[in-house]
Amino acid sequence: MDDKKMNIKNWPRHTIQALWAALTNSHISGFVTGKIYTGKLKNACVPGLNCYSCPGAAGACPIGSLQAVVGSWNFKFAYYVIGFLIFVGAILGRLVCGFLCPFGLIQDLLNKIPFPKKIRTFKGDKLLRKLKYVIFLVFVILLPLFLTDIMGQGAPYFCKLICPAGTLEGGLPLVLLNKAMRGAIGWLYIWKNTILIVTIVLSIIIYRPFCRYICPLGAFYSVFNKVSIYRYRVDMEKCVGCGKCAKACQMEVNPVENPNSPECIRCGRCKQACPVHAIASGCKR
Amino acid sequence: MKKIAESKWTGIALAAVGILMMAFGIYRGEMEVVFTKAVNICMECIGIG
Repeated sequence: MDDKKMNIKNWPRHTIQALWAALTNSHISGFVTGKIYTGKLKNACVPGLNCYSCPGAAGACPIGSLQAVVGSWNFKFAYYVIGFLIFVGAILGRLVCGFLCPFGLIQDLLNKIPFPKKIRTFKGDKLLRKLKYVIFLVFVILLPLFLTDIMGQGAPYFCKLICPAGTLEGGLPLVLLNKAMRGAIGWLYIWKNTILIVTIVLSIIIYRPFCRYICPLGAFYSVFNKVSIYRYRVDMEKCVGCGKCAKACQMEVNPVENPNSPECIRCGRCKQACPVHAIASGCKR
Repeated sequence: MKKIAESKWTGIALAAVGILMMAFGIYRGEMEVVFTKAVNICMECIGIG
């Protein structure tokens, strides 16, 4: 069933995503000079996955910042960044993934590219979704905390070995704009670009593969979907059980069974698809 | 358990905890680590270092 038949309009959400991405990457001159923003706004984290080494980035990536603090020699717990993530998660849950993540927008747009056989789900899909929690624990917390150098400092292992957002937003533009960096590329750059290419190709075939299986930020926010102030609710007296909401969900969530599923990115497609307006969202219980 | 999860006070309490943690983190100087990391090109993040 296509979006037109289900009365789904994606452009209002994509407009918000694009405006937010533009706002949080508003250091336009960086894309010309190849230099990143160094102003005071970088004290603050942005809610979505947005590499701070992107020439346009005006804020700090929360996942990169978390690894930086956890891996620093003097701090072994990141109260500031984890507090920020708890604050955002407690208010919005994974609404951030649906509306405020530039890398989510990129995957949304990639999935609009036609492909002969798009995959909605597959055997092992549910199990593979647990991988993002393992990545959060191992690459964002444990490795930067324990795999340290002689000074007691850990590297940002998720950023270094996995993050395709950093390659796309920071690695590609900076290497293109800086001759010295072009001379310094090696196996790590090739590895990270391979991950980026795989992510791009998979995003055309599967809806948001990075958010589903890899993203440690989505994993953290997902824990808050059930308790966040902003939430989804289904009026079971109105619901006619047509199943259109589940068909409309690209994250393969059934809102009737679990309106605040950890996998829900709160894009609002189910609300639009419901013919009897049984699904609502907001702060009301 | 379901009642606690569905109560709006749970979300409000967690948001308050988040604010307190942020304040404590700022107080002990974590923001400077974030700032220093964010204003220098992260070679690992871009795949060079």
